[in-house]
Amino acid sequence: MNKFKKGASSLYLALIFLFLYAPILVLIVLSFNDSMSRTVWGGFTLKWYANLSSNDNIMEALGTTIKITLTSSIFATILGTTAAIGIHYMKKRHTAIMLGATNIPLLNADIVTGISLMLLFTRFTPLGEFSVILAHIAFSVPYVIFNVLPRLQSLSEACFEAATDLGATPMYAFYKVVWPEIFPGVLSGFLMALTMSLDDFTITYFTKGAGVNTLSTMLYTQLRKGIQPELYALSTILFLLAFALLLVINFKGSARKEVVKNEK
Amino acid sequence: MKNKFLSLLTIASLSVASLLGFTSCGSDADDKDTLVVLNYGKYIESDVLKRFQEETGINVKYEEYESVEDMYAKYKAGSINYDVICTSDYMIETMRLEDELIPIDYSTIPNYSNIDKDIIEASAAFDPKHQYTVPYFYGTVGILYNTNMVDEDTVSSWDCLWDPDYRNQIVMINSQRDAFMVALEKLGYDINTTDTGELKEAYDLLCKEKSLIYAYLQDETYECMISEDAAMAVCYSGEAAMGMEYNEDLAYTVPKEGGNLWIDSWFVPRTCKHYDAAMKWIDFMCQEEAATENFEYVWYATPNTKVAAHEDAETLADETVFPTKETLSRCKLYEAYDNDTLDYTTNLWKRLKAY
Amino acid sequence: MINKMRTSFLATPYAIWVMICTILPLFYILGYALTNDAGSFTLSNLTAIADPVHLKSLWLSIRVAFFTTAICLLLAYPVALILHNLKLTNKGLVVFLFILPMWMNFMLRILAWQIILSNNGILNSILSTLGLPTLHILYTETAVTLGMVYDFLPYMILPIYNALSKINDQVVEAAADLGANWWTTFTKVTLPLSKDGIISGIIMVFVPALSSFVVSNLLGGGKVLLIGNVIEQEFTLARNWNLGSGLSIILMIFVLLSMSVMNKVDDSENGGMPV
Repeated sequence: MNKFKKGASSLYLALIFLFLYAPILVLIVLSFNDSMSRTVWGGFTLKWYANLSSNDNIMEALGTTIKITLTSSIFATILGTTAAIGIHYMKKRHTAIMLGATNIPLLNADIVTGISLMLLFTRFTPLGEFSVILAHIAFSVPYVIFNVLPRLQSLSEACFEAATDLGATPMYAFYKVVWPEIFPGVLSGFLMALTMSLDDFTITYFTKGAGVNTLSTMLYTQLRKGIQPELYALSTILFLLAFALLLVINFKGSARKEVVKNEK
Repeated sequence: MKNKFLSLLTIASLSVASLLGFTSCGSDADDKDTLVVLNYGKYIESDVLKRFQEETGINVKYEEYESVEDMYAKYKAGSINYDVICTSDYMIETMRLEDELIPIDYSTIPNYSNIDKDIIEASAAFDPKHQYTVPYFYGTVGILYNTNMVDEDTVSSWDCLWDPDYRNQIVMINSQRDAFMVALEKLGYDINTTDTGELKEAYDLLCKEKSLIYAYLQDETYECMISEDAAMAVCYSGEAAMGMEYNEDLAYTVPKEGGNLWIDSWFVPRTCKHYDAAMKWIDFMCQEEAATENFEYVWYATPNTKVAAHEDAETLADETVFPTKETLSRCKLYEAYDNDTLDYTTNLWKRLKAY
Repeated sequence: MINKMRTSFLATPYAIWVMICTILPLFYILGYALTNDAGSFTLSNLTAIADPVHLKSLWLSIRVAFFTTAICLLLAYPVALILHNLKLTNKGLVVFLFILPMWMNFMLRILAWQIILSNNGILNSILSTLGLPTLHILYTETAVTLGMVYDFLPYMILPIYNALSKINDQVVEAAADLGANWWTTFTKVTLPLSKDGIISGIIMVFVPALSSFVVSNLLGGGKVLLIGNVIEQEFTLARNWNLGSGLSIILMIFVLLSMSVMNKVDDSENGGMPV
């Protein structure tokens, strides 16, 4: 019976993963397809990978995407982390106001956020890359805050007080006591901001200026007219890169845990 | 305490807001060597774009759009100052009537002499005095069909799009004006009618069709036809030519009731900040080499007479790419709608999509 | 005692940020919603929701969002439960396996579904090889729902998994020791204790599903008009920013309404559960 249950759950998990990864498999296969059409198999080729770096359009969109994603998520992480600390020590009433406001971009539909930001930006600043970065910060800060806040809440204030009582300056105490505790939250907030920004289409679509293309907006126009196959190649590379990167982080993380365990 | 906190916030945010305003005003200073171009999606060979920038030293901000209505909305949003735009006949006429166009200085465009006089003549429909536009490509709207699934007779009339035998096998064009054109032709009305009764009839007909069709598509049509997901599709001639390149069973026709001939042209809108660069751009597009490269990329009929020298006989004889005189005689250009008619059809289109 | 006043001022830059990039834009959209193109006050952009076209697309959106959420929940809960029971030491790995697909661009993943589901697509090829009847899925409401389920499933799995990992195992064991069978333990202990995760999952799926316009554009073949599509088209096709803003406000109200309903559910059930 137990064996059956185990088999069934493994099967179920496998099916879910198939569901999640099947489209990705399709795209990876397409990146090796020697045909401009996505529905015709023209034989195996590596030329899209070879051509990739000489395709200016794609490289420019990639550059823009990286610039926007990194700038906005780093900025959002700094802003969000300081904000979370501030909010945590606020009076309850103010905390509620701040959290309410923080919730707005999360709860609001992307399309409403995008449009409202566009309406604002067109008044004050010409639409361009800068407006997209502002918009991305706006929607990713909440993710950072909501990743850091729970860490702060589970933090025992006694530790910090003990540290300061023992003569540590608040900065030093923060760095030694608070920071290590909230760091995983900051990191996961940063990663979430990164992912959200990378994957965003709607908000970029409404706030971007002429000639500014992220991979998402570029794909949206190309989706209709036939996609340059180099994009499949690029996406496959990005995907595998993310896969490798996260795998490394994970193993390093678990390796460190092992060390800690052994030391104990 | 709370009030103090809030008022502090307001003051601080207002000051930052004004700061933001100031800096943006400061950075608004325009770069002399840039050019903001607005064109249909995938309507230029990227090498041509690259070469233009290299040869002229002008930095191009190249923006794409999907449909004519999309272009108009982008332009009207006013948040971006476009220098030179390419779009279709009737929208150019609309914008001309709104006084949104700046005359082109043809003396600065030596390559204008490459453009087919017949097409310039036909452009009179939307640019009567020949002062605002330079043709880029032209083509027709017709039916792309799979010869294994549909016979030639069936597609010789627009009626086939309402044939229940082809349920889920029909792709309709996802463009307001073109879809109404099809229905109006089937009804035997003028494609430029502004009669609300006739348009309403066309709308009813399109509603009837909706249950039969596989999808409303525009630029994806050729993919859909290559993979034989559908038997027939209403699409533009270049889209058809692209599909036929991949699948030999495909063929293209303009049904006997007639269809639409369109001419996409370059023009300079009132928002233009870099007039000289815009002239250089248009001239470059008329260049023999650039026009050839573009033609071999988009497969619409080119008005550039110099391109023919570079193409083989088979391409030049391709009736899908270059419509015959007989086909053209059945096709009409769209005329600009007045605002009321535009609003009326836009609303009908929305209703159809929600139907 | 930490100097609370001083520390709380760390939030000031953010507070300013919120004013400019969150609150101010909302006033802008409200401003557009409450005026016509001549600039005078009107409520017609809000009452426009009563137009049959808008009502219909709103209803369709609600239906699609509801099914998307329900299917996501049904699929995700067992996943979270199974993963939780695996007692992985490395929880990050789980999160990572579900977030990883997001690193392939969302637009491309939806495109892949087009290829899988089309009339002559991968799915139908498999079905016909197996001698089964083919399905007509692409460019229907079903395809749109499926695309959304695919896109939003991780948002349902992760919060539930998180909530489950917070449950003290001893509580579950205690229930079992006291003679509760698996089902009773599940319905009386595990399920109520993971309710927070379920609710945030539902919110994280329902809201974007209600307002999405991209999935329906790509998988609906222009035949499935959701309220998000209507709003988008008012901006990109019909050039009626006022109407678009008005409908956005309506959509916002709808989202808030459904949220408060969810929170009510949360509160009322919390009353009976000492946590």
